[in-house]
Formats: sequence, C-alpha cells, structure tokens
Amino acid sequence: MSTHGITRADMHAVNLPRRRATNRLMEGLAWLAAAIAIGFLVLIVWSVAQKGASQLNLDLITKTPATGFLAAGGGGLANAFAGTLVIVAIATLIALPTGILVALYLIEFAPASVRSVVSLALDVLNGVPAIVIGIFVYGLFVLGHGQSGYAASFALACLMLPLVARSTMEVLLLVPNSLREASLALGVARWRTTLSIVLPQTIGGIVTGTVLAVARVAGETAPILFTSSLVGTALHWDPHHALQTVPVAIFELSESADPQDHARAWAAALVLLLFILLTSLIARWLATRSRRKLSTSR
Amino acid sequence: VSSAELTPEATRRPFAGRRVRFGDLLLQLVAGLAAAAATALVFLIAWKVVEGARPAIVRYGLHFITRDVWNPVVGREAFGAASFLFGTAVTSLLALALAAPLAIGAALFLTELAPRVLRAPVTSLIETLAAIPSVVIGLWGIYVLGPILAQHVEPALHSAFGFIPLFGPPGSTGSSLFTATVVLTMMILPIVSSITRELFLGVPRELKEGALALGTTRWEMVRGVIFPYARGGIFAALILGLGRAIGEAIAVTQVSGGGVGIHWNLFSTGDTLASKIASSYQGAATNLEEHSLIYLGLILLVFSLLASISAQWIVRRVARRQGVGLSRGGLG
Repeated sequence: MSTHGITRADMHAVNLPRRRATNRLMEGLAWLAAAIAIGFLVLIVWSVAQKGASQLNLDLITKTPATGFLAAGGGGLANAFAGTLVIVAIATLIALPTGILVALYLIEFAPASVRSVVSLALDVLNGVPAIVIGIFVYGLFVLGHGQSGYAASFALACLMLPLVARSTMEVLLLVPNSLREASLALGVARWRTTLSIVLPQTIGGIVTGTVLAVARVAGETAPILFTSSLVGTALHWDPHHALQTVPVAIFELSESADPQDHARAWAAALVLLLFILLTSLIARWLATRSRRKLSTSR
Repeated sequence: VSSAELTPEATRRPFAGRRVRFGDLLLQLVAGLAAAAATALVFLIAWKVVEGARPAIVRYGLHFITRDVWNPVVGREAFGAASFLFGTAVTSLLALALAAPLAIGAALFLTELAPRVLRAPVTSLIETLAAIPSVVIGLWGIYVLGPILAQHVEPALHSAFGFIPLFGPPGSTGSSLFTATVVLTMMILPIVSSITRELFLGVPRELKEGALALGTTRWEMVRGVIFPYARGGIFAALILGLGRAIGEAIAVTQVSGGGVGIHWNLFSTGDTLASKIASSYQGAATNLEEHSLIYLGLILLVFSLLASISAQWIVRRVARRQGVGLSRGGLG
C-alpha cells in the first residue's frame, strides 16, 4: 500500500474524472471489505445454526455419551457441559481477584517505570499462544500428577488474567481524580479510598471485562488438550480428575469418522456459540451503560 | 476514620507528611504481589517450556530448525521442525496478506464511509467474528469451507495460475494448507480491523478536513493523511495479527490434514508448528518425541514474544511521538 503524501501530480496532472473514478473504486473496495468480513460471520453462524438446530434437544445437556459398540454416537454431552462449567468457574475465581489486584496496583500505586514493565508483561502474556499455555501447565502440574480439572482451570486463568487486568485498568483510568482527592481530603485512608470509593465505581467495567474473558476462555480448546482431555464418558464434577469440556468434545467429535458424531459436534457448537454470542452481547450492553454512568459523573 | 486517630502530635504538626497506615501497606503489598506474580508468570512459562524442551535441545541443538523429518518409530526416531516452520510461514504470511487489505478496508468503511446508523452495529458484528471459538471455526472449516474450496475454488485457481507452484493440483477432501490459510484469514481479520479502526478514529479531524478542503477526493485524503498518520500503528496491528495466526493451533489442526514434508502446493495437506503440537495431544510415542513437541512450542513462544514486544515497542514510540494514548485503543 502506498503511503506517500499527496503529490502535485495527484492534484494537477491527473484529471478530475479519473481521480473521482479512483476514489469511487476505492470506496467500493472498502464497502466490499466490510461486506466480506460480515459475510464470514453470517456464513459461520448460519451453518452452525442450520446443522446444529436439527440435532438440538434436551438429551444433549442431560445425558452422557452412550457407550458400547452398538450405541456409538448416541446420548448427549452432559459430562462436557458439567466440566466446562466447573473449569471455567474455578478459572474465574483465580483470575478475577488477581486481575483486579494487578490493575489496582498498576493504576493506584505503581511508579511509572514499574507500571510500564508490568503492563508489557501483561501484553506478552496476552500474546502467548493458548497451546503454549497448555504446554506450560502440562510441565507445571500434569507431569507427575496427571491431568485434572484444576490444571485446566489454571491454564484458562493464565489466559483470563491479562484480559481482566487490562479491562479493569481501563475503567480505573476513567474514575475522576477529584473523587480520590475528595476522599483523601476528608482524611480517609488511602486503602479505604481505593477499596470503598474508587473500586465500586468500576464494578460495571470489571463485570464487562470478566464476562468477555469468560466468553473467550469457555471456547478455548488448546490449553485443555494437555491438561484435561483424557476422560471417560461418565458425568462427574470433581476437578481433582480430568473433566471433559465442550470445546474438547467438539474437537474430538469433529475428527471422528462417524456422521452421528458430527451431528452432535454441530449441536454442541451451536450451544457454545449461543452462549458466547449472548454473553458478548450482555457484556457490550453493560459496557455502554457503565461508561455512560462514569462519563456523566465526571 | 475515627477522630481518635487525630493524635495531639498530628494536630500540632499538620504538614508532617503522609502517615504510613497499616491498611495502606497491606493493600499495596497484596496488590504488588499480584502484579509481581503476573510478571513472574511470563518468566515461569518461558522457564517451564525451555525445561520441557531441554533434552531435545541438547540432542539436536539449533539443527532442529533445519531438519525436515518427524519419525516417531522407536529405534529410528528423528525429529526436526523445518516442515512445520515452513507450513507456519506459508499459512500465516498468506493469511496476513489476505487479511490486511480486508481489515484496513473494513476499518476505513467503519470510520469514513459507513452511514452513521451502520457504524456501531457493523463494528460489533466484526468484533463478534473474533469471539467465535477456534474449534467452531475449525468444525465449519472441515465440513463446509473445505469441500467448497476443494470443489470450486482450488480447481479454478489451479487452471488459472497452475504455473505458480503454490497452486498445484487440487486435493479431494478440502484438508489443505489453503483451507488453513482461509480459516486463519477469518480469525485475524477482526483483530487487525478493530485495532486499525481505533487508529483511524485517532487521526485528528482538522488534518482530514484540511486535506478535503484543499480539494482532495476522499481516497486521496485517506492516502495522504490517514495512512501516513496511522502507519506505525497499522504495522503494529499487522504484527499482532501475524502473531495470532502463528499461534493458532486448533482450527489449523482440524483443517490442514497434517503430514510432514516441505512442498509448495497449497492445496495439499501439511502442518504448522501449533497444529503439530495440538494433533499430538493424545500422547507422544516416546519421551524424545514429547520433548521435541515442546521444542516446537518453544519456537512458537519465541515468535509470540518477538511479536508482542516489537508491536508494543512500535506503539509506545508512536504514542510518544504523537502524544496520544494509542495503547488504550485495544492493543492489549
């Protein structure tokens, strides 16, 4: 793409109809690019809806996969839904408080030099491929102890931490300084100002960030492959052992040779997609609401 | 705060400086520990991955990168990363080449062209594309995209551009590096476009209006004002997109078909670094294979570190020069 400035030739030598035509062509291409991007989304959502809806029934969520040679392909994925619920819940319990504390430290306490180092670390952490996080947790917990729901939760928490910290930092920056100063001027201790004056202002933003992070990691497959994928078909909720999850189930069913497995993969993909689209919508709605509230309070 | 804290000494010397409170220390300590832990986590990841790869590093050294072999058969094991590095380079560079104009075009549409009522909904729709899990995109890639590409697109490209080695004989199933490239394009497009959109929004209005007032067409304004202004940021966004494409494992594993060997035919199967690791999750045949897989992960980690750090370096340099908070625009 040419990025040099406007030359005299552009303005004079080239005649106006031609410049207008170029402009129209480029505008058309930009419309096309946006249409293609949306087309991708529509294509995927439509295929998943079409192929998943016919397979969708309560059995998917309430029954475990049928076992035995003759029953192959039957049953539901209750064990996977239970596992995803447990693993994501524990991951949130780890990442949410840690992420908030990191953000509080960076915005409220840290000197500028420390802040730039730690936020670079958060950016780097955010850029580490999910599969490498999986390898890391495999080396940290799984080797010698075996797979477990906890290991998968820790892996997902590593992915959530930078997201939660980043979104909390953004809302903390929106809290007006006058609020902090007013509280401190009244003689309120710094820690109480931070925890009971500043932090409550940011709840909306933190919830938004957390919901988005949950939506993101609930669909993650790569970190779970090495930490909690060698499972049976029984339904259980104990994170001391490996738990089946929805993304891993979709992954395995998609590679299977049995068409009935594909059908269940599409149905599970539809449920996962609905969950993620709904949570993102809710998060976006919360975000505009809390941002409006903060900007009017300023 | 109770009045009991106003000790006589404090009333006598009201400007004696800030008192150190236990609560302040505690909160600062706990929050500081969390920040230290987050930073340490990066180093812990690097250390654990290096540790896991060490036997393979000791055995193969840097030659691992140039060896084009992956033989897990016990007794004649031999491992090397070359064919996966090649697959990664081909798929992610091509995906970036496809995604970059689309993402920049979509961002221009959203900031300059779209009617005001369309801007917010179209922006959210494109961001929604980024929220679709890779395993779902992969599932779609296997059963919908792959067959379409194999039956319609690949034969057309082969007959038109068959003289270029990239467009060799089409495959039959749709499992190919080409399908992986298209899937990666879809995955990095929303990331690059949402960052470039924020960059374009940050271009000062008076510059844009100044150019238009001088009689430029809209495209000339984009070329002469917006692109030069946002150049650094666009470059950073492309690096981040490339990093994402290099690290994507699941969707690529599902659609690329797997296989070892360097070949130029896009329509044939292959593997990337990330997809090789993901497809071997059910256990390596030997310890050496496992260490070699982790060595592949180490190469990925190095790439992702380079991408994140160079992108941040560019962003910070641009922010310093332009004095605006580019980094707040979702580059995190």
